Formats: sequence, structure tokens, C-alpha cells
Amino acid sequence: MWEYTDKVTDHFKNPRNVGAVENPDGDGLAGSLACGDALRLTFRLNEEKKIAEAKFQTFGCASAIASSSALTEMLIGKTVEEAEEITNADIIAYLGELPKQKVHCSVMGREALEAAIYNYRTGKKLDKHIDGEVICHCFGATDKEIEKITREQKLATAEDVTHACKAGGGCGQCIPEIEEIINRVIGEEQAEEEPKPKLTQLQKIKLIEETIDRQVRPILRRDNGDLELHDVDGDKVIVKFIGACVSCPVSAVTLKDVVETQLREAVSQNIIVEAV
Amino acid sequence: MKQPVYIDNNATTQIAPEVTEAILPYLTEHWGNPSSMHNFGGQVKRALDTAREQVAALIGAEHPNEIIFTSCGSESDNMAIRGAVDAMGGHPHLITTRVEHAAVLGPCHYLEDKGFRLTTLEVDRKGNLDLDVVREKSMSGKKTVASIMWANNETGVIFPIAEIADIIKEGGGVFHTDAVQIAGKLPISVKDIPVDMLSISGHKLHAPKGIGALYVQRGTKVTPHIMGGHQERGRRAGTENVPYIVGLGKACELARERMEKDVVHERKLRDRLEEGILATCKGAQVNGDPSNRLPNTTNISFEYVEGEAILLMMDDQGICASTGSACASGSLEPSHVLRAMDVPRSSLHGSIRFSLSRYNTEEDIDTVLEKLPVIINRLRELSPFADD
Ligand code: FES
Repeated sequence: MWEYTDKVTDHFKNPRNVGAVENPDGDGLAGSLACGDALRLTFRLNEEKKIAEAKFQTFGCASAIASSSALTEMLIGKTVEEAEEITNADIIAYLGELPKQKVHCSVMGREALEAAIYNYRTGKKLDKHIDGEVICHCFGATDKEIEKITREQKLATAEDVTHACKAGGGCGQCIPEIEEIINRVIGEEQAEEEPKPKLTQLQKIKLIEETIDRQVRPILRRDNGDLELHDVDGDKVIVKFIGACVSCPVSAVTLKDVVETQLREAVSQNIIVEAV
Repeated sequence: MKQPVYIDNNATTQIAPEVTEAILPYLTEHWGNPSSMHNFGGQVKRALDTAREQVAALIGAEHPNEIIFTSCGSESDNMAIRGAVDAMGGHPHLITTRVEHAAVLGPCHYLEDKGFRLTTLEVDRKGNLDLDVVREKSMSGKKTVASIMWANNETGVIFPIAEIADIIKEGGGVFHTDAVQIAGKLPISVKDIPVDMLSISGHKLHAPKGIGALYVQRGTKVTPHIMGGHQERGRRAGTENVPYIVGLGKACELARERMEKDVVHERKLRDRLEEGILATCKGAQVNGDPSNRLPNTTNISFEYVEGEAILLMMDDQGICASTGSACASGSLEPSHVLRAMDVPRSSLHGSIRFSLSRYNTEEDIDTVLEKLPVIINRLRELSPFADD
């Protein structure tokens, strides 16, 4: 069983502002039945353009109910502009603490708020039509969503992603793809921060080895293949395929698409990979 | 403190007072080592023998020395699977099902990672296996080690183990069954069907936690996973946990004596509970084949509400049950058993398992039937989907 703070328990057992506001100015839905979590948030403004009434309906666990209840309390009395500033971290802070695995409940609160504000401003429903390619089929998360959350919350592992948005928390089949997204985001951010320093030959070889270990091998091993670093000559990297890769008819494609791309990203744009 | 209404007996059971009583002398007076030559240890050895006979009698084993005491059901499962694979040599083909307990799926996936071929059988919507598929897989031409549970811990669904064992043996395989949930609840007899190995766990049948047993039919080869002394005839080293073994023996004896009565009692309460819930709670439905399951178990889904929320509210009212829902456990994954059965998404997250024992009473059921509908109603009112 989870350890919940008293405040979480209180908001779960005595949820404030349950239901739907009549004729709301803003009406937003986040989450879905499939995820086992969904939240509908509605609010109404008074003459001073402050939120006079905010209500929620939640399908979800104790943390989801508590997060929604907390959010409505936080909203009342604020202008839409002020409300817009509320982050999922603020919701957690309001409740004291949430178990790491339940952070996604507060994220859902923030998303419902976004949807409701969008509805208030445009009169339209924020129809989260599927943007990008679905990576996690268990929770219906797309590559774009995962990328966005990884960037925003500076996530570093697939586990972090699961805690933030559930993706990867089901059958786990999507975890390699989530990891690829994380690596890409981290890679891009590093690239932005510091232009690649000039490497000595020894540093270059080390980096090549590391990249092969970390980013190339796991991909090949998934299909029972593998490779070894054979030689490095200037920017030419010579590798030797082993295991299933040896007899694989598309190993030439793997060489360029996987090995070379990864090494170019990590080491230098000039890398050329060849197989012996 | 007021005792809660405890209807989570597939998780663990209360220790029977008779069992505690049987254990105590082995914690106080009789603390000798059963392996010792002197009479002080010899007495203890005799208590072990008695316990072995009691366990053998419960599962219908012909020879008491086919019983190996272990530390728990998980150990029994691990030993059976890894021990059989090891003893068989070569690269046996492993067969299991999607709905096994983690103690079976764990070693199976471990071996799969080591390069063994693993077939994980699917179940249908009611949680039943297709025997034709079992046959097809077990005739793969390779030697097989199959581990298929007798009764499911979440839904109570019972697999036709006699037929499955026949099929596996026909194909020349070794067959293990995890009988942790059925042992003590329904009669089983290993001498009448070709089961090679069978796991049981003490704390599921009113003995303490930390004791289990593995039945290994004579002639079955299994490599011990704890090596050392000659205890348990060299099949599991380590000085025996005598008090708990005595307790397990007593619990098995009790179960055998009381089984007929217990079955009637539990089934009556369970059916009343189930009918009551289905009649009073909106969107409730039973998961798993209702005509083919343990008499003490019912797994019920509540549409549009989430399991952890139900569980916490019940807990608040002094009712202890379990949920297969994602949010109550460390992982976010809804129960792998219900997923394997294709339970619809709208119900998947709100499933609760109620499991009874001989100690449950009519009043327990009254309490649940009084409190639960209020809880479900309240949570449905909170839910954005419930009115459509
Ligand atoms: S596909 Fe992502 S967890 Fe199953």
C-alpha cells in the first residue's frame, strides 16, 4: 500500500468541489478510460473575471482524486492568467507529497486545466487528436507526447517517463523505444549546450566504444545479433558483426542506419562505418 | 483494536489456533536438530516424519518422502522449474501460461533470457486454456518442462490439470503444477494423475508464512538449488525449519478433516456475497469462469471506478480485500491475469478480489454488502464516465 500524506488522504476521503459546473466557461478533459485515469474539469468566472466555481469529476485512484480536488481548491479566486501558471509541481506541493509513481496524477490535473482554459479561450474542445505515432499501446502515448514530457521535466530514464505519464508502465514492450526518445532528447540538448569538443584519437576511440556499448548493442541484441569494434582509422570505423547479424540479409542497412547514425550523432558527423 | 473483515485469504490466511498450538512445543521444549544422532534430536525427526505424512495425505501422494519442505511456495516453484530444466540438460522447451503467479513467470522468463525457448499459453475470456494448443505445443519434438497452475490466485479459475498432465507426459515432458491456491481448498490427488511436481504454500492454508513444500514424484530428476547437507534426502540442504514444518503438517491435517465442511461454508458465503454485489452495485461483473473455480474466490470488476480507490475506502470501513488494479501496486500495469482474459478497459482498472476462508462469517458478508454499494456509488458519482 502507498504511504499518503494526511492531506492526500483528506482530499481523497473528502473531495472538495465534486461534479460539473452548470454552463461552465471552461470545460476540459484529460486522460482516458484506457489509462485507468481521467479527469474532467469545469469552471465558471465571476464579473471580476476570477474563477468563482471550479468542479471536477475523476475516474482514478486515490492520488488522482486528491490531485483533482486540490486543483479545484487552488483555482478558485484566481484569474485565468493566474490559473494558467499552476504546474503539476504546484499541485504536488499543495498536497505535501505524492509517491513518485503517482506523479502522473498531478500531470493529469495540469492537462485538464490546459484543456479547460483552451476551451474557455476558443470555445472549442481541446481534441487531443493523436499527434505523432503511438509508442506505448498500453497507455496510448505517442512519441511526441513522450518527447515533450521528457524535455519539459528533464527526464533521464524510462522509469521517469513512466512515473510522469504512465507510458511504459504496462507490458513494457515500448521501453526500448522510450529509451531511444530519451537518448535523442538528451543528445540534442547536449549538442545545443556545448558544441562537440575536438577529440584526440584516443578519446574518439573511447567514445566510439561507449556509444557502441550503450546505444548500438542493445538494439542488435534484441534480434540476437551483436558486433565488435575491429579498428578505427581516422574517421573510419571498422566493425565486425557477430551472432545473428552475420547472416542477416539487411546487415548493410543496419550498418548505416543504426551504427553509423548513432556514431555520427555521438562522436562526429564525419564518421564512416564499414564492416569486415 | 476491532478485527477487520478479512476477505483476502488468497493473499494470506489467519494461522489456525490448532496450528499455533502444534508449533509451540517445537519453539520451547523440542529444539533438537533432526539430523542429530541422539534421542533429543531423534524426537524432532519423528515430528518431521509425521508432518511429511500429513502433507502427503492432503495432496494424495503415495510416499511421504516425495515431499520436500521449502521456505515458501515461490521457492517450490523456482526449484521445480529450474531444477527440472537443469537436471534434464540440453535445451528443454518451457511451457507455461500467461496467468501464472510471478513465482513461475519469473524463473520462466529468466530461463528464456538465457536462451531457452518459452511458450506462454493464452487463455480465453473466461480464463480457460485451449487443450488443443497445449497438445500442439507439447509435441514440439523437443523435450519439455511445463509449469501450469492448478487454480488461479486472482480469479479462482481451475485448470483441468489431469488432462493437461496427460498431454504433457504423452509428449515426454516433465510436468509441474503450482497448486498453492487449491491445496487445502478442494480435494487433489497426485497419485491418480501424472503430475511430476506440485507446489504448496503454508500461509495459504492457515499455517505461518515462510514454509512451503514441493511434491516430487519418485523418479523425477530435479537438481537441488540449495546444495550442502543431506537434509531432505539431499534435495534441499539446510537444517529444517522444524516448528513451521510441524505447523504445515497440522494445517494440512486440519484442511483434510474440514475440507468438506469448509467448501460448503465458503461457497455459500461467496455466492451470497457475489449475488449481493451484483444486485446492488451498478456496473459490477464477475471475472473468470463462474462454474469452474475455487469455492472461496470471486473477482469482480466495477465499471468506471478504480480499484485502489475502492480498496482504500473499504479499508476505511474495516474491510480487507485485494485489487488487481494498476494503481495499488508498485507497477502501473493492471492485473496480467485480467489482461490475458481481455477484460474490457472500462472494467479492468476497477477489479476487486474477494477470497474467503473457513473463519469468515455471515456477519462479514453482511458488513460488505452494507458498505460496498455505498462506496461504489460514491466513486461512480465522482467519475466523469459513469452516467453514460
Ligand atoms: S506498450 Fe507501453 S507499456 Fe505496453
